[in-house]
Amino acid sequence: MSPVHYVALSVILFVIGGVGVLVRRNAIVVFMCIELMLNACNLAFVAFASMHGNLDGQVIAFFVMVVAAAEVVVGLAILMAIYRARRSASVDDANLLKY
Amino acid sequence: MTHVLAAGPNTDVIARETLFWILAVASVGAALAMILVRRAVHCAMMLAVVMLSLATMYAMQGAPFLAFVQIIVYTGAVLMLFLFVLMLIGISSADSIVETIKGQRLAAGFAAIGLLVILILGIGHAAIGPASPLTAANGTNNLSGLAALIFTTYVFPFEITGALLITAALGAMVLAHRERTTPKPTQRDLAGRRLASGQLAPDPSPGVYALHDAADRPALLPDGTPSDLSVSPVLSQREVMEAPPAVRPKEETPAITAESGEREPTPSGRVDS
Repeated sequence: MSPVHYVALSVILFVIGGVGVLVRRNAIVVFMCIELMLNACNLAFVAFASMHGNLDGQVIAFFVMVVAAAEVVVGLAILMAIYRARRSASVDDANLLKY
Repeated sequence: MTHVLAAGPNTDVIARETLFWILAVASVGAALAMILVRRAVHCAMMLAVVMLSLATMYAMQGAPFLAFVQIIVYTGAVLMLFLFVLMLIGISSADSIVETIKGQRLAAGFAAIGLLVILILGIGHAAIGPASPLTAANGTNNLSGLAALIFTTYVFPFEITGALLITAALGAMVLAHRERTTPKPTQRDLAGRRLASGQLAPDPSPGVYALHDAADRPALLPDGTPSDLSVSPVLSQREVMEAPPAVRPKEETPAITAESGEREPTPSGRVDS
C-alpha cells in the first residue's frame, strides 16, 4: 500500500477525533478522542517514515507516544480532582469561572 | 509467511492490500462508534479496536517496534488507566444528549468538514511518493536502527522525555492526593454515630428473602417491600439491577405446597415460608 492511503486514513481518524472533542460532554471521552487524534498523527508519522525510507518519523511517533502517556496521567488526575470537588465528570459542570 | 513470500511479491501485495482495507474499515468504524456511543466504557472498547488496528498497520509499514509499543503502552497501559478512572468516577455518567450550546453539533459538523477539506487540500498538494524500503535505514534490524537514532541524534529529546515522565508522575500524585482535613473518626465516634442514626444493625444484605441471593437482587423487608439500601448504588446506576419484586397484595394467600419446591416460587411465597 502506498503511504497516501495511510495518510488519508490518518486524516479521517484525526477529523473524527476532533468531532468527538467538540461534541462529547464526558471529560473522559473527550480525553479518549484526543488520544485518537494523537494516534492518527502517529500513523501519519510512520507513513511518512516509510515513504522517505528513514526512521526519523518512527522516532517522532515514539516520542508522541511518551508525551501522550504523560498527558493522560496528568489529565486523568486533574479529572479526578475535579470530580472530587464537583461530583461530575461532565465538561459543562466545571463552570465556576464562567461569567 | 514464508510460503506467502515464496509465491511471489504479487500475493504479498494483495494480502497487504486486503489487510489494509479490513483494518481501515474497522478503525474508521470503531472511531465513528466511539463518538456516537453514549457509554464511556463502550468508547474505551472502541478506542482499543482503533489502537490495535493501528498497531497492525505499523507492523505492515516496517515499524515492528512501534507496533509493540503501541500495544503495550497504549492498549495496555493508557487504556487500562482510562478504564480505572472510569471505574472510579464515571461509570454512571452516560453522556447527556442535551445540547447546552445551541447549534453546537451543527457547528462541530461544519468545523469537521472544513478541517477535512483543509487537510485533504494540503495532502493533495503534497508530493507523497511510493514507499521506499527501510532496509538501509534499519541497519541490522528495526530495533537497532531506532536505538542508534534515539541515542545519537535524538538523545537530548529523549532525556527531556524522561524529565517529562517524572514530572507527570509527580503531578499525578500531587493532584490525586487528598489531604485529610478532619481527624480520623475513632471507633467510639463511629459507635456514637450509629446510635444517633437510629439504625443499629447493618444494612440488610442483598438477596435476603428474595428469589435469588445474587448481589443485584434487593433484600425484601419483613413486610415484603424491596429494600434499596441492600443493593450497591453502582449496580442501579449501571442499570444491571433487575426490577425489584412486586409488593405482595394483601388478599393473596400463601400457596406453599409440597410440589412448589420444584417450581419457581413466587416472591410472596418465599417471604411467607
